[in-house]
Amino acid sequence: MNTQEILQLVAKASYFLAAVLFILGIKRMASPVTARKGIVQAGFGMVLATLATFAVTGNHNLLLILAAIAVGVIPNWLWGKKVAITDMPQMVALFNGMGGGSAAAIGAMELLKFQAAGKAPDKVTLALAVVGALIGSISLTGSFIAWAKLDGRMDKTFRFGGQQAVNLLVFLASVGLGAYTFVALDQNLIVAFFVTALAFGVLMTLPIGGADMPVVISLFNALTGLAVGFEGYVLQNEALIIAGMVVGAAGMLLTQLMAKAMNRPISNVLFSNFGGGEGGA
Amino acid sequence: MDGFVALYIFMLAAFTGHEIISRVPVILHTPLMSGSNFVHGIVLVGAMVVLAEADTNLLRVIGFIAVALGAGNAAGGYVVTERMLQMFKSSKN
Repeated sequence: MNTQEILQLVAKASYFLAAVLFILGIKRMASPVTARKGIVQAGFGMVLATLATFAVTGNHNLLLILAAIAVGVIPNWLWGKKVAITDMPQMVALFNGMGGGSAAAIGAMELLKFQAAGKAPDKVTLALAVVGALIGSISLTGSFIAWAKLDGRMDKTFRFGGQQAVNLLVFLASVGLGAYTFVALDQNLIVAFFVTALAFGVLMTLPIGGADMPVVISLFNALTGLAVGFEGYVLQNEALIIAGMVVGAAGMLLTQLMAKAMNRPISNVLFSNFGGGEGGA
Repeated sequence: MDGFVALYIFMLAAFTGHEIISRVPVILHTPLMSGSNFVHGIVLVGAMVVLAEADTNLLRVIGFIAVALGAGNAAGGYVVTERMLQMFKSSKN
């Protein structure tokens, strides 16, 4: 075995350990007695996986990677430390949006690479790159709107007649543009795909009132998990697949449980504008 | 990775996610949401890999954004979850 292969093996083994730590961590966080140990465990998994990744990336764009990590970690760590404890839900939304954005950006890069190469490696990879990018983009802008609303930066719920129809159209346009990448990989169409996906995230979140936001944030959390899982397949990275899918499934269940705790089916939260003070279950 | 192997991994991971939180008490809904939000910060790892492979300026810019956002997800998610769960220290331990 040469050095390169050993480093690959170390990274794969670390990803495996990280996946185990994530699953145990989430399991522990579901019980009040063990919850604090759970987050510490998941934290170890994250540090391990991140350090192991340097074994794979070597010194390609190393300074750029380190600078980007610093730009991401330092302000958000400090911000998370100092916000009032009552402001936590919107911070979760904000950080979740970042995760969705990261998954969408990965999807964008892969699609641009396919476009430059003239073709995708295979149809499944292309499909999951598109779906992951779509979900990640929706989660990015949707979560940011949710953050702005809960943080009191956007007090008005924004509604107009036929809004559901417009939202549906934008969504279908995005799906259509995404599906068109199967026919032709065109840079302008890829850009249009991302624009419509990002717009849909905004549009679907605008009419939802503040009281319903925690459920919506939980939904976006699950969506980011799925996006990460799908982009993980595109990158052939097991850590992303496992962590993403576990969070996606756990997040979907959690969304249902939260909606149930409010005595409202999830479809009401998304489509009936209850939390803004009118209509309702 | 073979398509069906991936499908099995997707399925097993989804059942795992569903199973491990199925008995979460209402009081832990928000901290658990925050904790799982931290876990998908693992996207950072994928972003690092694609940024390392980036060979044009456009890809480097998008890759830089991907890594910064992923790192923000992980770092912010951890701090916020840790702070929420500190509230369970005195009452239950």
